[in-house]
Amino acid sequence: MSNAKPKVAFYWCASCGGCEESIVDLAEDILKVVAAVDIVFWPVALDFKKKDVEAMPDKSIAVSFINGGIRMSEQEEMAHLLRRKSQIVVAHGACAHLGGIPGLANFWNKSTIFRTVYHTTASTDNPNGTEPQPKTSLDGYELTLPVFWDTVHPLDDIIDVDYYLPGCAPHRDLIINAVTAILEGKLPPKGSVLAPNKSCCDDCERNDSKPDKLQIKEIKRPHEVLLDPKTCFLAQGVICMGPATRGGCGERCINGNMPCRGCMGPTDQVYDQGAKFLSAFASILDANDEKDIERLVDSIVDPAGTFYRFSLPSSILKRKKLEAVK
Amino acid sequence: MNQEHFEPRLIGFLCNWCSYTGADLAGTARMVYAPNIRIIRVMCTGRVDPQFVLKAFREGADGVLISGCHPGDCHYQEGNYKAMRRHKLLSKVLEQFGIEKERFRLEWVSASEGTKFQQVCNEFTEQIRGLGPLNLNGNKGEHHEQRQA
Repeated sequence: MSNAKPKVAFYWCASCGGCEESIVDLAEDILKVVAAVDIVFWPVALDFKKKDVEAMPDKSIAVSFINGGIRMSEQEEMAHLLRRKSQIVVAHGACAHLGGIPGLANFWNKSTIFRTVYHTTASTDNPNGTEPQPKTSLDGYELTLPVFWDTVHPLDDIIDVDYYLPGCAPHRDLIINAVTAILEGKLPPKGSVLAPNKSCCDDCERNDSKPDKLQIKEIKRPHEVLLDPKTCFLAQGVICMGPATRGGCGERCINGNMPCRGCMGPTDQVYDQGAKFLSAFASILDANDEKDIERLVDSIVDPAGTFYRFSLPSSILKRKKLEAVK
Repeated sequence: MNQEHFEPRLIGFLCNWCSYTGADLAGTARMVYAPNIRIIRVMCTGRVDPQFVLKAFREGADGVLISGCHPGDCHYQEGNYKAMRRHKLLSKVLEQFGIEKERFRLEWVSASEGTKFQQVCNEFTEQIRGLGPLNLNGNKGEHHEQRQA
Protein backbone atom coordinates (compact mmCIF):
# COMPACT_ATOMS: atom_id res chain seq x y z
CA MET A 1 0.00 0.00 0.00
CA SER A 2 2.64 2.46 1.08
CA ASN A 3 4.62 1.61 -2.04
CA ALA A 4 1.86 3.12 -4.15
CA LYS A 5 2.33 6.58 -2.60
CA PRO A 6 4.24 9.08 -4.70
CA LYS A 7 7.74 9.78 -3.41
CA VAL A 8 8.66 13.36 -2.51
CA ALA A 9 12.03 14.93 -1.73
CA PHE A 10 12.96 18.29 -0.22
CA TYR A 11 16.38 19.86 -0.48
CA TRP A 12 17.96 23.19 0.42
CA CYS A 13 20.75 25.05 -1.28
CA ALA A 14 21.75 28.72 -0.77
CA SER A 15 18.79 29.76 1.36
CA CYS A 16 17.90 30.73 4.91
CA GLY A 17 15.71 27.79 5.87
CA GLY A 18 12.51 29.80 5.62
CA CYS A 19 11.25 27.60 2.80
CA GLU A 20 11.70 24.49 4.97
CA GLU A 21 9.74 26.41 7.56
CA SER A 22 7.03 27.08 4.99
CA ILE A 23 6.47 23.30 4.75
CA VAL A 24 6.31 22.93 8.52
CA ASP A 25 4.01 25.96 8.65
CA LEU A 26 1.40 24.07 6.68
CA ALA A 27 0.43 22.98 10.24
CA GLU A 28 -2.39 20.44 10.21
CA ASP A 29 -2.47 20.51 6.41
CA ILE A 30 0.97 18.90 6.39
CA LEU A 31 -0.69 15.78 7.80
CA LYS A 32 -2.77 15.49 4.62
CA VAL A 33 0.40 15.82 2.58
CA VAL A 34 2.25 13.29 4.71
CA ALA A 35 -0.69 10.89 4.43
CA ALA A 36 -0.67 11.17 0.64
CA VAL A 37 3.06 10.93 -0.07
CA ASP A 38 6.24 9.19 1.03
CA ILE A 39 8.94 11.68 1.96
CA VAL A 40 12.16 9.96 0.90
CA PHE A 41 14.69 12.77 1.43
CA TRP A 42 14.54 15.86 3.62
CA PRO A 43 17.89 16.69 5.25
CA VAL A 44 16.47 19.33 7.57
CA ALA A 45 13.98 16.95 9.18
CA LEU A 46 14.72 13.32 8.30
CA ASP A 47 17.88 11.25 8.47
CA PHE A 48 18.35 10.18 4.88
CA LYS A 49 21.74 10.54 3.24
CA LYS A 50 22.98 11.36 -0.22
CA LYS A 51 23.83 7.69 -0.79
CA ASP A 52 20.16 6.79 -0.17
CA VAL A 53 19.16 9.08 -3.01
CA GLU A 54 21.95 7.71 -5.22
CA ALA A 55 20.63 4.19 -4.62
CA MET A 56 17.15 5.08 -5.93
CA PRO A 57 16.30 4.26 -9.54
CA ASP A 58 16.25 7.25 -11.91
CA LYS A 59 12.90 9.06 -12.09
CA SER A 60 11.65 7.18 -9.03
CA ILE A 61 10.92 10.36 -7.05
CA ALA A 62 7.61 11.88 -8.16
CA VAL A 63 8.59 15.42 -7.21
CA SER A 64 11.57 17.19 -5.66
CA PHE A 65 11.11 20.57 -4.03
CA ILE A 66 14.46 22.36 -4.14
CA ASN A 67 14.84 25.69 -2.39
CA GLY A 68 17.77 28.10 -2.46
CA GLY A 69 20.02 29.43 -5.16
CA ILE A 70 23.11 27.58 -6.38
CA ARG A 71 26.39 29.13 -5.28
CA MET A 72 28.62 26.14 -4.43
CA SER A 73 29.70 22.96 -6.18
CA GLU A 74 27.94 20.75 -3.63
CA GLN A 75 24.60 22.41 -4.39
CA GLU A 76 25.15 21.93 -8.09
CA GLU A 77 25.92 18.25 -7.54
CA MET A 78 22.79 17.70 -5.44
CA ALA A 79 20.62 19.57 -7.94
CA HIS A 80 21.87 17.32 -10.75
CA LEU A 81 21.36 14.21 -8.61
CA LEU A 82 17.79 15.14 -7.67
CA ARG A 83 17.01 16.09 -11.27
CA ARG A 84 18.13 12.64 -12.40
CA LYS A 85 16.06 10.87 -9.75
CA SER A 86 12.90 12.98 -10.12
CA GLN A 87 10.03 13.18 -12.57
CA ILE A 88 9.20 16.76 -11.54
CA VAL A 89 11.48 19.39 -10.03
CA VAL A 90 9.88 22.42 -8.37
CA ALA A 91 12.00 25.50 -7.65
CA HIS A 92 10.63 26.22 -4.18
CA GLY A 93 10.77 29.84 -3.05
CA ALA A 94 12.30 33.07 -4.29
CA CYS A 95 15.95 31.92 -4.08
CA ALA A 96 15.53 28.84 -6.28
CA HIS A 97 13.15 30.78 -8.54
CA LEU A 98 15.11 34.05 -8.94
CA GLY A 99 18.28 33.85 -6.83
CA GLY A 100 16.69 35.64 -3.88
CA ILE A 101 18.35 37.59 -1.08
CA PRO A 102 21.58 35.51 -1.19
CA GLY A 103 21.70 36.47 -4.87
CA LEU A 104 22.51 40.06 -3.87
CA ALA A 105 26.01 38.65 -3.36
CA ASN A 106 26.28 38.94 -7.15
CA PHE A 107 27.20 42.58 -6.58
CA TRP A 108 30.47 41.13 -5.19
CA ASN A 109 32.62 38.10 -5.99
CA LYS A 110 34.33 35.31 -4.06
CA SER A 111 37.42 37.26 -3.01
CA THR A 112 35.52 40.36 -1.83
CA ILE A 113 33.03 38.18 0.08
CA PHE A 114 35.82 36.14 1.69
CA ARG A 115 37.74 39.30 2.58
CA THR A 116 34.71 40.66 4.45
CA VAL A 117 33.62 37.41 6.07
CA TYR A 118 37.01 36.01 7.11
CA HIS A 119 39.10 39.15 7.57
CA THR A 120 37.57 42.60 7.93
CA THR A 121 34.39 42.38 10.00
CA ALA A 122 34.79 43.67 13.56
CA SER A 123 33.73 40.34 15.06
CA THR A 124 36.24 38.27 13.09
CA ASP A 125 39.11 36.73 15.10
CA ASN A 126 41.34 35.11 12.50
CA PRO A 127 45.00 35.95 13.31
CA ASN A 128 46.41 33.51 10.74
CA GLY A 129 44.13 34.78 7.99
CA THR A 130 42.76 31.30 7.34
CA GLU A 131 40.23 30.87 4.56
CA PRO A 132 38.30 27.70 3.74
CA GLN A 133 40.06 25.68 1.06
CA PRO A 134 38.45 23.13 -1.27
CA LYS A 135 41.26 20.69 -0.40
CA THR A 136 43.30 20.32 2.81
CA SER A 137 45.74 17.61 3.83
CA LEU A 138 45.65 16.55 7.48
CA ASP A 139 47.47 13.55 9.00
CA GLY A 140 47.77 11.93 5.60
CA TYR A 141 44.09 12.40 4.79
CA GLU A 142 42.77 14.71 2.14
CA LEU A 143 39.79 16.71 3.36
CA THR A 144 37.52 18.50 0.92
CA LEU A 145 34.98 21.31 1.06
CA PRO A 146 32.59 22.44 -1.68
CA VAL A 147 33.97 25.08 -4.05
CA PHE A 148 32.54 28.56 -3.45
CA TRP A 149 31.66 30.37 -6.68
CA ASP A 150 31.80 34.02 -7.69
CA THR A 151 28.17 33.94 -8.75
CA VAL A 152 24.84 32.83 -7.30
CA HIS A 153 22.55 31.15 -9.83
CA PRO A 154 18.82 30.51 -9.85
CA LEU A 155 18.07 26.78 -10.01
CA ASP A 156 17.10 26.84 -13.69
CA ASP A 157 20.58 28.08 -14.63
CA ILE A 158 21.87 24.69 -13.45
CA ILE A 159 19.14 22.13 -14.14
CA ASP A 160 15.87 21.85 -16.01
CA VAL A 161 13.07 23.11 -13.73
CA ASP A 162 9.44 22.07 -14.26
CA TYR A 163 7.62 24.51 -11.97
CA TYR A 164 8.29 27.53 -9.83
CA LEU A 165 6.75 28.17 -6.42
CA PRO A 166 7.45 31.88 -5.87
CA GLY A 167 7.66 33.90 -2.67
CA CYS A 168 9.88 34.41 0.34
CA ALA A 169 8.70 32.05 1.65
CA PRO A 170 5.86 30.80 -0.59
CA HIS A 171 2.41 31.38 0.88
CA ARG A 172 0.84 28.23 2.32
CA ASP A 173 -2.09 28.38 -0.13
CA LEU A 174 0.33 28.31 -3.05
CA ILE A 175 2.12 25.27 -1.60
CA ILE A 176 -1.13 23.43 -0.88
CA ASN A 177 -2.43 24.21 -4.39
CA ALA A 178 0.82 23.03 -5.94
CA VAL A 179 0.93 19.79 -3.97
CA THR A 180 -2.75 19.12 -4.71
CA ALA A 181 -2.25 19.78 -8.41
CA ILE A 182 0.73 17.41 -8.51
CA LEU A 183 -1.11 14.66 -6.61
CA GLU A 184 -4.16 14.99 -8.84
CA GLY A 185 -2.09 15.27 -11.98
CA LYS A 186 -3.78 18.59 -12.87
CA LEU A 187 -0.64 20.49 -13.71
CA PRO A 188 -0.30 23.61 -15.84
CA PRO A 189 2.18 23.69 -18.76
CA LYS A 190 5.81 23.02 -17.88
CA GLY A 191 7.73 26.12 -16.85
CA SER A 192 4.72 27.76 -15.17
CA VAL A 193 5.01 29.84 -12.04
CA LEU A 194 2.44 28.33 -9.68
CA ALA A 195 0.79 31.63 -8.70
CA PRO A 196 -1.68 34.08 -10.27
CA ASN A 197 -0.34 36.03 -13.24
CA LYS A 198 -1.31 39.49 -12.03
CA SER A 199 0.46 42.19 -10.12
CA CYS A 200 0.53 42.60 -6.37
CA CYS A 201 -1.32 45.95 -6.77
CA ASP A 202 -4.18 44.05 -8.38
CA ASP A 203 -5.15 42.48 -5.06
CA CYS A 204 -3.98 45.33 -2.86
CA GLU A 205 -6.63 46.76 -0.54
CA ARG A 206 -4.88 50.13 -0.74
CA ASN A 207 -5.42 50.35 -4.49
CA ASP A 208 -8.46 52.62 -4.06
CA SER A 209 -6.36 55.13 -2.13
CA LYS A 210 -4.06 55.61 -5.10
CA PRO A 211 -4.51 59.10 -6.61
CA ASP A 212 -5.41 59.34 -10.32
CA LYS A 213 -1.99 60.71 -11.07
CA LEU A 214 0.68 59.27 -8.81
CA GLN A 215 3.54 61.71 -8.39
CA ILE A 216 6.44 61.45 -6.01
CA LYS A 217 7.98 64.68 -4.75
CA GLU A 218 10.17 63.16 -2.09
CA ILE A 219 11.36 59.59 -1.57
CA LYS A 220 11.18 58.28 1.96
CA ARG A 221 12.35 55.05 3.54
CA PRO A 222 9.93 53.11 5.77
CA HIS A 223 11.82 53.91 8.96
CA GLU A 224 11.85 57.64 8.25
CA VAL A 225 8.11 58.13 8.23
CA LEU A 226 5.01 57.11 10.14
CA LEU A 227 3.22 55.07 7.50
CA ASP A 228 -0.51 55.42 7.09
CA PRO A 229 -1.99 51.89 7.21
CA LYS A 230 -4.60 52.56 4.51
CA THR A 231 -2.83 54.66 1.86
CA CYS A 232 -0.89 53.38 -1.16
CA PHE A 233 2.82 53.32 -0.24
CA LEU A 234 3.88 54.99 -3.48
CA ALA A 235 1.44 57.81 -2.73
CA GLN A 236 3.29 58.20 0.57
CA GLY A 237 6.63 58.46 -1.26
CA VAL A 238 7.82 55.02 -0.14
CA ILE A 239 9.28 52.59 -2.66
CA CYS A 240 6.82 49.69 -3.06
CA MET A 241 7.62 47.02 -5.65
CA GLY A 242 3.93 46.06 -5.99
CA PRO A 243 3.45 47.33 -9.57
CA ALA A 244 6.28 45.12 -10.89
CA THR A 245 5.67 42.10 -8.67
CA ARG A 246 3.46 39.06 -9.07
CA GLY A 247 0.53 38.82 -6.66
CA GLY A 248 -0.77 35.77 -4.82
CA CYS A 249 1.58 36.22 -1.87
CA GLY A 250 -1.24 36.86 0.59
CA GLU A 251 0.03 40.45 0.94
CA ARG A 252 1.64 39.67 4.25
CA CYS A 253 3.98 42.68 4.04
CA ILE A 254 1.25 45.13 3.06
CA ASN A 255 -0.96 43.88 5.88
CA GLY A 256 1.98 44.41 8.24
CA ASN A 257 2.15 48.00 6.98
CA MET A 258 5.37 47.45 5.07
CA PRO A 259 5.76 48.02 1.32
CA CYS A 260 6.18 45.15 -1.15
CA ARG A 261 9.82 44.15 -1.62
CA GLY A 262 9.27 42.06 -4.73
CA CYS A 263 9.83 38.47 -3.53
CA MET A 264 7.25 36.96 -5.91
CA GLY A 265 9.24 38.04 -8.94
CA PRO A 266 7.84 39.45 -12.17
CA THR A 267 4.66 38.40 -13.94
CA ASP A 268 4.89 36.22 -17.08
CA GLN A 269 4.96 39.29 -19.36
CA VAL A 270 8.11 40.73 -17.81
CA TYR A 271 11.66 39.44 -18.11
CA ASP A 272 13.54 41.79 -15.80
CA GLN A 273 11.64 42.82 -12.68
CA GLY A 274 14.16 45.44 -11.53
CA ALA A 275 14.28 47.22 -14.90
CA LYS A 276 10.51 47.20 -15.14
CA PHE A 277 10.12 48.67 -11.69
CA LEU A 278 12.80 51.25 -12.43
CA SER A 279 10.84 52.23 -15.52
CA ALA A 280 7.56 52.63 -13.66
CA PHE A 281 9.10 54.36 -10.67
CA ALA A 282 11.13 56.88 -12.68
CA SER A 283 8.03 57.81 -14.66
CA ILE A 284 6.14 58.91 -11.53
CA LEU A 285 8.93 61.07 -10.10
CA ASP A 286 7.61 64.61 -9.96
CA ALA A 287 10.53 66.41 -11.62
CA ASN A 288 11.17 67.62 -15.14
CA ASP A 289 14.31 69.57 -14.54
CA GLU A 290 17.68 67.84 -14.68
CA LYS A 291 18.79 69.11 -11.27
CA ASP A 292 15.52 68.12 -9.58
CA ILE A 293 15.63 64.66 -11.15
CA GLU A 294 19.21 64.21 -9.97
CA ARG A 295 18.28 65.25 -6.43
CA LEU A 296 15.41 62.70 -6.33
CA VAL A 297 17.48 59.91 -7.90
CA ASP A 298 20.38 60.56 -5.51
CA SER A 299 18.01 60.25 -2.56
CA ILE A 300 17.41 56.57 -3.41
CA VAL A 301 19.83 54.52 -1.33
CA ASP A 302 21.13 51.51 -3.28
CA PRO A 303 18.64 51.52 -6.18
CA ALA A 304 20.02 48.35 -7.80
CA GLY A 305 19.84 46.42 -4.54
CA THR A 306 16.32 47.71 -3.93
CA PHE A 307 14.89 47.00 -7.39
CA TYR A 308 16.69 43.65 -7.72
CA ARG A 309 16.36 42.65 -4.08
CA PHE A 310 15.16 39.13 -4.97
CA SER A 311 15.82 38.82 -8.69
CA LEU A 312 19.44 39.84 -9.38
CA PRO A 313 20.76 36.39 -10.51
CA SER A 314 17.81 35.91 -12.89
CA SER A 315 17.90 39.46 -14.29
CA ILE A 316 19.24 40.41 -17.72
CA LEU A 317 22.66 41.43 -16.34
CA LYS A 318 22.69 38.66 -13.68
CA ARG A 319 25.58 40.16 -11.72
CA LYS A 320 28.07 42.98 -11.39
CA LYS A 321 30.64 42.87 -14.15
CA LEU A 322 33.56 40.60 -13.28
CA GLU A 323 36.97 42.12 -13.77
CA ALA A 324 39.48 40.41 -16.00
CA VAL A 325 41.81 37.97 -14.22
CA LYS A 326 45.34 39.33 -14.10
CA MET B 1 39.06 41.42 -28.54
CA ASN B 2 42.20 43.21 -29.54
CA GLN B 3 42.30 46.55 -27.73
CA GLU B 4 44.33 48.15 -30.54
CA HIS B 5 41.74 47.38 -33.19
CA PHE B 6 38.76 48.03 -30.98
CA GLU B 7 35.76 49.37 -32.87
CA PRO B 8 33.01 50.39 -30.43
CA ARG B 9 29.65 48.74 -30.99
CA LEU B 10 26.97 51.30 -30.23
CA ILE B 11 23.19 50.97 -30.17
CA GLY B 12 21.07 54.07 -30.70
CA PHE B 13 17.38 54.27 -29.83
CA LEU B 14 16.11 57.23 -31.84
CA CYS B 15 12.64 58.71 -31.65
CA ASN B 16 10.62 58.74 -34.84
CA TRP B 17 9.69 62.43 -34.72
CA CYS B 18 12.95 64.24 -34.01
CA SER B 19 16.19 62.30 -33.79
CA TYR B 20 15.49 59.68 -36.45
CA THR B 21 14.56 62.48 -38.82
CA GLY B 22 17.68 64.34 -37.70
CA ALA B 23 19.77 61.25 -38.51
CA ASP B 24 17.99 61.02 -41.85
CA LEU B 25 18.91 64.64 -42.54
CA ALA B 26 22.56 63.88 -41.72
CA GLY B 27 22.33 61.05 -44.27
CA THR B 28 20.62 62.95 -47.09
CA ALA B 29 23.01 65.87 -46.55
CA ARG B 30 25.85 63.33 -46.93
CA MET B 31 27.45 64.29 -43.66
CA VAL B 32 30.28 61.93 -42.75
CA TYR B 33 30.20 60.47 -39.25
CA ALA B 34 31.49 57.41 -37.37
CA PRO B 35 29.71 54.28 -38.64
CA ASN B 36 29.73 52.58 -35.22
CA ILE B 37 26.14 53.24 -34.27
CA ARG B 38 23.32 50.79 -35.07
CA ILE B 39 20.08 52.70 -35.06
CA ILE B 40 16.77 51.35 -33.77
CA ARG B 41 13.79 53.60 -34.44
CA VAL B 42 11.21 53.89 -31.68
CA MET B 43 8.10 56.05 -31.68
CA CYS B 44 9.25 58.00 -28.63
CA THR B 45 12.15 57.94 -26.17
CA GLY B 46 9.42 57.27 -23.57
CA ARG B 47 8.97 53.91 -25.30
CA VAL B 48 12.53 52.83 -24.49
CA ASP B 49 12.07 50.18 -21.83
CA PRO B 50 15.13 49.94 -19.52
CA GLN B 51 15.06 46.22 -20.42
CA PHE B 52 16.06 47.22 -24.00
CA VAL B 53 19.13 49.03 -22.70
CA LEU B 54 20.16 46.15 -20.44
CA LYS B 55 19.64 43.67 -23.27
CA ALA B 56 21.83 45.76 -25.57
CA PHE B 57 24.66 45.71 -23.01
CA ARG B 58 24.12 42.01 -22.29
CA GLU B 59 24.39 41.16 -25.98
CA GLY B 60 27.61 43.01 -26.55
CA ALA B 61 26.97 46.74 -26.96
CA ASP B 62 29.83 48.93 -25.68
CA GLY B 63 27.57 51.96 -25.47
CA VAL B 64 23.87 52.82 -25.72
CA LEU B 65 22.48 56.14 -26.93
CA ILE B 66 18.93 57.33 -26.44
CA SER B 67 18.09 60.37 -28.51
CA GLY B 68 14.83 62.26 -28.81
CA CYS B 69 13.07 65.60 -29.10
CA HIS B 70 14.24 68.52 -26.99
CA PRO B 71 12.39 68.96 -23.66
CA GLY B 72 9.05 70.61 -24.36
CA ASP B 73 8.99 69.35 -27.98
CA CYS B 74 7.86 65.75 -27.39
CA HIS B 75 5.26 64.62 -29.91
CA TYR B 76 3.51 62.88 -27.00
CA GLN B 77 3.92 65.81 -24.58
CA GLU B 78 6.04 64.18 -21.88
CA GLY B 79 7.67 61.01 -23.22
CA ASN B 80 11.12 62.59 -23.28
CA TYR B 81 10.77 63.75 -19.66
CA LYS B 82 10.10 60.15 -18.66
CA ALA B 83 13.13 59.10 -20.69
CA MET B 84 15.21 61.72 -18.88
CA ARG B 85 14.16 60.39 -15.45
CA ARG B 86 14.71 56.78 -16.47
CA HIS B 87 18.11 57.66 -17.91
CA LYS B 88 19.26 59.27 -14.67
CA LEU B 89 18.03 56.40 -12.50
CA LEU B 90 19.27 53.67 -14.84
CA SER B 91 22.70 55.33 -15.09
CA LYS B 92 23.03 55.07 -11.32
CA VAL B 93 21.92 51.42 -11.39
CA LEU B 94 24.34 50.60 -14.24
CA GLU B 95 27.24 51.96 -12.20
CA GLN B 96 26.33 49.51 -9.44
CA PHE B 97 26.60 46.77 -12.06
CA GLY B 98 30.11 47.96 -12.97
CA ILE B 99 29.04 49.64 -16.21
CA GLU B 100 30.41 53.18 -16.47
CA LYS B 101 27.68 55.79 -16.78
CA GLU B 102 29.48 57.31 -19.79
CA ARG B 103 28.44 54.22 -21.76
CA PHE B 104 24.77 55.21 -21.49
CA ARG B 105 24.05 58.55 -23.10
CA LEU B 106 20.94 60.69 -23.56
CA GLU B 107 20.88 63.44 -26.19
CA TRP B 108 18.30 65.80 -27.64
CA VAL B 109 18.48 66.04 -31.44
CA SER B 110 15.70 67.77 -33.36
CA ALA B 111 14.64 66.97 -36.93
CA SER B 112 16.68 69.89 -38.23
CA GLU B 113 19.86 69.09 -36.29
CA GLY B 114 21.66 66.76 -38.70
CA THR B 115 24.94 68.38 -37.71
CA LYS B 116 24.29 67.75 -34.05
CA PHE B 117 23.56 64.09 -34.78
CA GLN B 118 26.84 63.84 -36.66
CA GLN B 119 28.65 65.44 -33.74
CA VAL B 120 26.97 63.20 -31.11
CA CYS B 121 27.87 60.03 -33.03
CA ASN B 122 31.49 61.09 -33.47
CA GLU B 123 31.90 62.18 -29.85
CA PHE B 124 30.21 59.10 -28.42
CA THR B 125 32.29 56.76 -30.59
CA GLU B 126 35.53 58.42 -29.51
CA GLN B 127 34.49 58.48 -25.88
CA ILE B 128 33.73 54.73 -25.92
CA ARG B 129 36.92 54.05 -27.85
CA GLY B 130 38.73 55.74 -24.96
CA LEU B 131 36.88 53.62 -22.38
CA GLY B 132 37.62 50.40 -24.25
CA PRO B 133 35.42 47.36 -24.76
CA LEU B 134 32.78 46.66 -22.09
CA ASN B 135 33.43 42.92 -22.35
CA LEU B 136 30.50 42.10 -20.09
CA ASN B 137 30.51 38.41 -20.97
CA GLY B 138 34.20 37.89 -21.52
CA ASN B 139 35.57 38.07 -17.97
CA LYS B 140 35.09 34.88 -16.07
CA GLY B 141 36.61 36.01 -12.77
CA GLU B 142 38.96 34.03 -10.59
CA HIS B 143 36.50 31.62 -9.09
CA HIS B 144 34.10 31.05 -11.89
CA GLU B 145 32.27 27.79 -11.52
CA GLN B 146 33.37 24.75 -13.42
CA ARG B 147 30.00 23.37 -14.31
CA GLN B 148 29.36 19.70 -14.71
CA ALA B 149 28.57 18.84 -18.31
